[in-house]
Amino acid sequence: MTHAHDDLSGLLSHAEELYRDTSFSAVRAWKRRTGGLALGFMPIYVPRELLAAQDVLPVGLMGGGEMEIIRGDAYYQSYICHIPRSTIELGLNGSLDALDGVVFPAICDVIRNLSGMWTMLFPGKLVHYLDVPQDFDPAVGGAFYRDDLLHLSRKIVAHGGRPLETERLRAAIVAYNRANGLVRELYELRREQPWKVPTHELYLLLRAGLVVPVDEQIAMLERYLAFVEDDDERRPMDQARVLLTGSFCEQPPLGLIKTLERTGCYIVDDDFVQVGRWIRHDVPTEGDPLDALVEAFLHDAIASPTRWCESEAKGADLVRRVEHSGAEGVIFCAPSFCDPALLDQPMTVAAVERAGIPWTAFKYAENAGQFQVIREQAGTFADSIKLWSGA
Amino acid sequence: MSAPSVVPKDASQDRQKRMIAAHFDRLAEVEERGEKAVYTFVPGNLTELLLSFGVAPVLPEINALQSGMRGLSKDYIARAEKDGHSEDVCTYVKCDIGMSRGGNVGPTGKRLPKPDLLLLSYTGCFTFLKWFELLREEYDAPTAMLHVPYQGGGTITDAMRKYVVDQLKSKVIPALERITGRAYDEDLLSEHLARSAKAEDDLVHVLESARHRPSPIDAYFGGVYYIGPIFTAFRGTEDAVDYYAELRAEIDERVRLGLGPVTPDGELEKERYRVVVEGPPNWTSFREFWRMFVDEGAVVVASTYTKVGGVYDNGFRHDPSRPLESLAEYCLGCYTNLDLPTRVDMLSRYVTDYEADGFLINSVKSCNSFSAGQLLILRQVEERTGRPGGFIESDLVDPRYFSAANIKNRLESYFQMIEQKRSRGDAR
Amino acid sequence: MRYAVGIDLGSTTTKAVVLDEQGAVLGRGITNSRSNYDVACEVALAEALINTRFSLVASGLARSGFTEDARTALLGELERRFREQQYRHQLGVLDTVLAEQLEDPSIVDATRAGVAAVVAGMRARAGALFVEGASRKSDFFRDLAGSLYMQLAEEHARVHTPKRSCAAGDDGGAPRASLFDQLVGLYDKAILEVENRPTAAADFDAIVERALAAMDDAAPAALKTSVEVAAATTLDEWAKVGTGYGRQRLPFPEGCIRSEILCHGLGAHTMFPDTRTVLDIGGQDTKAIQVDDQGIVTSFQMNDRCAAGCGRYLGYIADEMNLGLHELGPLAVQSTRPARINSTCTVFAGAELRERLSLGERREDILAGLHRAIVIRAMSLLARSGGVSDEFTFTGGVARNAAATGALRRLVTENYGPRTMNISPDSIYTGALGAALFALRSGRSGDGAAAAAARDGAPVETIP
Repeated sequence: MTHAHDDLSGLLSHAEELYRDTSFSAVRAWKRRTGGLALGFMPIYVPRELLAAQDVLPVGLMGGGEMEIIRGDAYYQSYICHIPRSTIELGLNGSLDALDGVVFPAICDVIRNLSGMWTMLFPGKLVHYLDVPQDFDPAVGGAFYRDDLLHLSRKIVAHGGRPLETERLRAAIVAYNRANGLVRELYELRREQPWKVPTHELYLLLRAGLVVPVDEQIAMLERYLAFVEDDDERRPMDQARVLLTGSFCEQPPLGLIKTLERTGCYIVDDDFVQVGRWIRHDVPTEGDPLDALVEAFLHDAIASPTRWCESEAKGADLVRRVEHSGAEGVIFCAPSFCDPALLDQPMTVAAVERAGIPWTAFKYAENAGQFQVIREQAGTFADSIKLWSGA
Repeated sequence: MSAPSVVPKDASQDRQKRMIAAHFDRLAEVEERGEKAVYTFVPGNLTELLLSFGVAPVLPEINALQSGMRGLSKDYIARAEKDGHSEDVCTYVKCDIGMSRGGNVGPTGKRLPKPDLLLLSYTGCFTFLKWFELLREEYDAPTAMLHVPYQGGGTITDAMRKYVVDQLKSKVIPALERITGRAYDEDLLSEHLARSAKAEDDLVHVLESARHRPSPIDAYFGGVYYIGPIFTAFRGTEDAVDYYAELRAEIDERVRLGLGPVTPDGELEKERYRVVVEGPPNWTSFREFWRMFVDEGAVVVASTYTKVGGVYDNGFRHDPSRPLESLAEYCLGCYTNLDLPTRVDMLSRYVTDYEADGFLINSVKSCNSFSAGQLLILRQVEERTGRPGGFIESDLVDPRYFSAANIKNRLESYFQMIEQKRSRGDAR
Repeated sequence: MRYAVGIDLGSTTTKAVVLDEQGAVLGRGITNSRSNYDVACEVALAEALINTRFSLVASGLARSGFTEDARTALLGELERRFREQQYRHQLGVLDTVLAEQLEDPSIVDATRAGVAAVVAGMRARAGALFVEGASRKSDFFRDLAGSLYMQLAEEHARVHTPKRSCAAGDDGGAPRASLFDQLVGLYDKAILEVENRPTAAADFDAIVERALAAMDDAAPAALKTSVEVAAATTLDEWAKVGTGYGRQRLPFPEGCIRSEILCHGLGAHTMFPDTRTVLDIGGQDTKAIQVDDQGIVTSFQMNDRCAAGCGRYLGYIADEMNLGLHELGPLAVQSTRPARINSTCTVFAGAELRERLSLGERREDILAGLHRAIVIRAMSLLARSGGVSDEFTFTGGVARNAAATGALRRLVTENYGPRTMNISPDSIYTGALGAALFALRSGRSGDGAAAAAARDGAPVETIP
């Protein structure tokens, strides 16, 4: 589906439309056009290459944003985060009817249990709990992961999908390498010239990429890069460079991202929409492509609170990211009741403190509508960083 | 875990008390004796393997719940929150961190040894992973990860079993060999497993005694005492075998005499309601919580919490002839590692098999592994069994989340509802 | 005659319903809840019995030759006069208690003079409160007397406070409480005692006599006779059942206490026999209840310990906006573009409200959004309890709020289809009615414990 987005604002409004469309009409249209299957996947990481190789459209489910929750709350106690409520709401109100199933990667116990709830609430749909390994030995965790991926692949076939073929998988890897490479390129550009790539724009592109086929995503990213690289209207301002961490599952409202930018922050690195950045480099295209996907997961994935870090002290990776991105401070920005982020935080805060990096922390829910407190806190933080670096 | 002296007490209870005291005494002397301490978790614990290496198991969850019962958890949690731990997360973790920062004095007042190894049996609970990452920072101890995959499809597959066994061989056993300097001895392990199976037989017999009317046991509040030894440091020991044999005999005698369960306030004389309970108890007001049931004449005839350290009433037993495979199956089968449809099946079966009037869910704030989805479980079990479900909310060891008035209100309403339903027809 | 009574001790009000032996409602009484639960129950019951006697007066008068209009006018005036006399009596108690407090030698003369002036002013204005057509924000003595006392104390303090001494510490000494603060402090202490003192304000015979005497025109003989007959009727308590938020400490023996869930279910069933789903939004909790065709509860859900989304939340909002609780609904229904409010957390309510107001959002729109947010929370409890079946009965204080009922009606229709939604003007008495019906049952079944213990009374637990 190509739209007439000849200029930057057209492209961005198309992306925003895709982001805001909680009824997933782009997915419905794709299904009508191709007759293929569409599978939703919860945040962080699933190997989309595998789905695409079987002619399945992978659809990222990132909650309901600011959508009003009527039914979803009936399933959750007040001390559980927001994303499962909105996901259930979307399921129950028919927004996800176009999906033939959902893949639930191992994020935390809430998302894990959601997989079983999905089985009970939506009988007949494909439900797969993707228990990614916490053992990174290829013969042990790798073998288990490979087996699990093949299991998922067989379930797709049982639901009418195309059987997995080596060359198709290789082609899918090539395509996603291109898309993910473009995302990395954009992150690099933002790191170097954050005024050229405002985070709220980058974010919309990442979100839009979750509901369209990979070639469409590639086209959007290429256009955006072309627009902003040559855009000399965008000039540097006196903003504080910050790294935002903790927002890898339930996403912050767009308004929160904009609020941070308006209060004087350049976000130069973040945890948003990690699926395309989970693997740090291109997945090798030689040899057995399934092995390559497995190997990339085991040894080329980013550090994440959801992943067992075998040997390193917690937080070392965060400090490295701060150094690499040239951030002057860290904002710990986690959803309320997010176990992985909040249990990790004391360790990563300690690491940041040891490294002498300024930091601040607050929590949000995806449907938060008011940002006054955050605005004040982030504004003060940005000002203090600027004072510090100017001193 | 002791009952007041005025009420009838069974010999097995004294025995358990002595066992636990001796265990903490041993832990206090681990360093002096040149022994090694291994920290690990209750679900998916590998006690027999640890015993075969002669190391002393330390169970932070047990320390936390004991601290809760002894009124210590509030300050420990406050300490951890002051040090930057979120108010949103598991209070077992914060209780443990607070205890460790306060000098690591255990719940019995004796010092706990530092870990020589953190054996992260990652079974049925995401927080375990974070918990030992946090402890690793506290103690700078080596950590062995045993990833036990979740039964996402409701069954144990060959791949899952193989994955766990492979990790036992390639990670856990070498780590134990490293810290002890001893070689893995499979025969010794099998001997422990044989004893485990024996004790497990007796435990199942005891838990299933609740099918009698009146039930001779309370399978939740009383049940947590019954599972104590087998869920913790004693599975596979002679002590555990003796304890369960004695317990079994006592319960058989209660059945013969037609007696109800022993509670902290004495014997329950009239069984008015039989209920199944899902979810862990609250530990800070454990007695008060139990008394709310006793006051109503309510007996818990089956519970899922007493299956977190192993589900045995489905026939599983540790098997000395397939030591590592059966340890793997044990880990994979623990209650919190079951998917939600399986949990619904199990609860529905309990309600029917134990002829319960209904079932109650105690939803604890700390434990998303249990709690996320319980409201759907409630509706599903109600639909399946036609018996009413009740829902109460509290926490494991954070006294701020135990609202006695709110819980009592719900419980009373619940039991009165059952009563009213029973008298339907002649009520007007 | 014998009666059965149900008492519902809620977090803000205590209600009593009195039934005759056939189960017909004889009278209802309500009072504000207070720290002494026993007194609250006693007052609610006394009010319900007064209401009962007024019903008897009305039926006596109905047999006289007066037209209906004339009867209504007579009864209306008698009741106003009765309330006035009751109020004056309470004022006397307040005066006594204040006088006792003024015996404290540390109290300065200016304060004594202030109290005397304020009380005199209250007495002078008592009549105006009860003239025909006068609107009163509340019928509880605490509220009526309180607002008048504050008003008079403020006026008095303004006139009698020396200009310099009200600012803290400007004479170099320690800050001193202003005259107004002292007057308020005395009242706050006194009203607690007045409220928690067993009161004679419910002595029907004495008060009704004064009320008759105070009528504008001499009371007609038929009215006097009806009053005499009503006063002379002996009302014997046959059985009593208590329920409510304060149920754990209700001054009733164990066998006479019923869960408020069961009471609400049965009460709603009695008011609207086809009720299958009941929603009650009270001050401190929200309850969703499913009942069968006999009013027997089959399932229920309550809010967790957090009071977000309950009536109390609206109270905070009203305070924050400096409005009366009853003013919120009418304002909210004027909204044209309800705000989207996602949090009903009482802790953050104030901050969110101030931010929205500062951003220029209209009060009506914010209020409409808040009402919708509360109703959405109730919707999830309804869903947890098993949904909304036909017919659906809405009870509790919030059921009197048009903005809440409007939002609820829309959401129920959207999610469950058309449902008959019942709201009784007496919905606040639903729990007490259910309790009274349980009392009636125990009376009929000769349940010795419930009936006899109710007569003997039980030890009272008082929260200081």
